[in-house]
Amino acid sequence: MDIIRGVFKMPRLWWLISLILLVLLATLPLYGSAYTVILITAIIMYVILTVSWTMFFAPTGYLSLATAAFFGIGIYTMAILGEQLPLLPAVIAGGLVSFVVALIVGAITLRLRGVYFTIFTFGLVELIKHLLLFWEINVTGTRGRFVVLENNNTIFGVILGIFVVLMLTYYLLRRSKYGLALRSIGENEEAAAHLGVNVNLLKVFTFALSAFFMGAAGAIMATRWTYVDPYVAFNVLHSFLPVLMAIFGGMSQLYSPIIGAVIFAYIEEQLLTRFPEYFMLIFGVILVVAILYLPNGLVGLVRKWWQKGLREENVNS
Amino acid sequence: MSILEGEGVTKYFGGLAAVSDVDFHVDQSEIVGLIGPNGAGKTTLFNTISAAIAPRPGVIRFKGKRITGLKPYQVCRMGIARTFQSVKVFNNMPVFENVRLGSFFGTATRMSSAESAKEAEELLDFVGLSAMNTTLAGDLTLVNQKRLEVARALATKPELLLIDELMAGLNNTEVAQAMKLVTSIRDKGITIFMIEHVMKAIMGVCDRIMVLHHGVKIAEGTPQQVATSQTVVEVYLGE
Repeated sequence: MDIIRGVFKMPRLWWLISLILLVLLATLPLYGSAYTVILITAIIMYVILTVSWTMFFAPTGYLSLATAAFFGIGIYTMAILGEQLPLLPAVIAGGLVSFVVALIVGAITLRLRGVYFTIFTFGLVELIKHLLLFWEINVTGTRGRFVVLENNNTIFGVILGIFVVLMLTYYLLRRSKYGLALRSIGENEEAAAHLGVNVNLLKVFTFALSAFFMGAAGAIMATRWTYVDPYVAFNVLHSFLPVLMAIFGGMSQLYSPIIGAVIFAYIEEQLLTRFPEYFMLIFGVILVVAILYLPNGLVGLVRKWWQKGLREENVNS
Repeated sequence: MSILEGEGVTKYFGGLAAVSDVDFHVDQSEIVGLIGPNGAGKTTLFNTISAAIAPRPGVIRFKGKRITGLKPYQVCRMGIARTFQSVKVFNNMPVFENVRLGSFFGTATRMSSAESAKEAEELLDFVGLSAMNTTLAGDLTLVNQKRLEVARALATKPELLLIDELMAGLNNTEVAQAMKLVTSIRDKGITIFMIEHVMKAIMGVCDRIMVLHHGVKIAEGTPQQVATSQTVVEVYLGE
């Protein structure tokens, strides 16, 4: 009951803004060009990866680089089940398989702390990629797989749906007592345990929850790419980009990773189409500047200006 | 009746016995002190009780139930709370939320949001921090952080509270306040087992004192008996 009541406690203005944006997005296929729909699909994919990564990292401080692994598991689930299952169940299956794998991996590795955890999760991407490659070549005798093709507007609708469910989940998690417990784990894991928090269970479950959304996003994106192989599906960039996007936008507010991911993904797209030769170079410069001068991300910077403005106004009046 | 009993509690770190074959008991509503020179194994003993580490070998029972092998959160929910020698408050969380976490997760029965808020407010008032509800715990002074740790531990509704060096680093006035706090916790019906170096404090509030030296229990008795014990004097002052 607490959870249901919580949904209605968010300030009205925010609900209104979110709702308007959502309606604008949902009706995009009616007025936007095919290119816009595809572009925004890609952006929302990054937003999902970034927000679900932040959901675990921001409170606990556990830096996972396994995003690409769970994303890839979603992709392969769709590649394998896409022809047997209708679209939505197949997407949910992608999320669930990632969820289960994350539960198992989490149970083994979340005892590790700091850099050891990060390195392990990074290794996981490579491990799954090469296991899959081995399996495909030696057992199934293929290198890549074709995935059922879906209509671009359908893909857009599904990915928007995943995004909405993710945001609601993250919002409720943040304001629930479990959100408080996750933060206490990030602050001092030992103290949290001695205050009655089942630290391991909570960590593993939240890790798996974030993996669910990564997997679901992978499953739906697979239908857009139509052909996948282990190198495409388990691309480590999908582990690093969400981290950079979250740093770029900041993580303090619910919306900060979204803003980071949207701007970042848009810049990436623009640079890639306009300056394909200099893309990585410009991108690198932007990143360095962001990390050096935006310790709390873009949102942190704007909030700082905002508060400074308010203070000056108070002084003047 | 003993609320807490330990039999042959032992813990080796490498080849070194931090705690060696210690038998102990704490009775209901008692204040028991645990003293000993640095490195005597006092905090290690506390760690075995609160399940941060498992004694090997050795058995610890709480209210007659074996608690060795349980997880810290389980022991906490059964009714054993603790504070830490080096303060471990959640620095970036407001004081109020520090305490609330305990009442949300550490109690044996589930608590609603409103109940836990009320409980946290009462406890902060009890330890004298009610004016600092919204302050970040990291911004508190050391003495207030220690009070916060006590409030946070009490929020889990313990029957037994383990206090690890509450008074280290406090001035005389603060020590007197802390002693009063300890007695008023006992008056709430909570049994207390405390490690302390401030002799005046431990002699003043404890019903009974245990002395550890090199992981071995070398003396036990009323503050009077311990203070006059030849062995204890030798350990503290040299022969």
